[in-house]
Amino acid sequence: MAEATISLNHYLMLSGILFTIGVFGVLTRRNAIAILMSVELMFNAVNITLVAFSDFVTPAALTGQIIALFTIVVAAAEAAVALAVVLLIYRSFKGINVDRINFMKW
Amino acid sequence: MSDAFLTNLTFYVLSFCVIAGGIFVVSSRNLFHSAVFLVFTLFSVAGIFVMQHAYFLAAIQVLIYVGAVAMLMIFGVMLTTQLTNVRLRHVNEQAWPAFAVCLFFLGFLVYGLWDTPFKISQAAAPAEVTRAIGTLLMTEYVLPFEVVSVLLLVALIGAVVIAKKE
Repeated sequence: MAEATISLNHYLMLSGILFTIGVFGVLTRRNAIAILMSVELMFNAVNITLVAFSDFVTPAALTGQIIALFTIVVAAAEAAVALAVVLLIYRSFKGINVDRINFMKW
Repeated sequence: MSDAFLTNLTFYVLSFCVIAGGIFVVSSRNLFHSAVFLVFTLFSVAGIFVMQHAYFLAAIQVLIYVGAVAMLMIFGVMLTTQLTNVRLRHVNEQAWPAFAVCLFFLGFLVYGLWDTPFKISQAAAPAEVTRAIGTLLMTEYVLPFEVVSVLLLVALIGAVVIAKKE
């Protein structure tokens, strides 16, 4: 019975793995939208962590769930603005591969 | 079939779905497949939320992420990519160093979190989580709530202004 139930550390492991996958996508993908998707994966990993701590450490206060709620709202706003930027980049560069977009580099 | 066994099974199946979906999102050559696997992953994360007794968040996850954000992503894919052209290289030349860095990072996380003891509380969760969240949002967290609504409005207007044609 000692090993039988899912503990907080299980959720943290899952979240860590998902976050690492997201980091890998952000670092390696060439397509800007694929990078945005990887960022969404990282947001989800963070939300799992917040809700896990809320469930195990402060179950009565629900602080983690409230913050996860705000994270979701901010992620939605980020997705809207970032996709508008991607659309604009597509119009002026005829492509959204980020390794071609280097006009701000000097 | 005990209750604990079923809980474990659910957790591992959902975790497998989350991780496999995430790997496909990151590694798929076809961007549209990535978007579909993103939806799959987000659904599985909603399942994880249910396991953590965050029922309201699970519903919000499905509504906002699966409904809105993933749809936005698919719109972006449709508007900006030639889907037939999937033979292009989809990762940059830093893939292997990035892989090494990520492995190191993951190892660091596992080393740090594997059996770290946390202060597990035995307090009972509120019986009606959604009601409790609503009350908290209208009392203790009313300022962040209002700020985040202004942020949403700003993002909406900003997205329209950025994306509109001159």
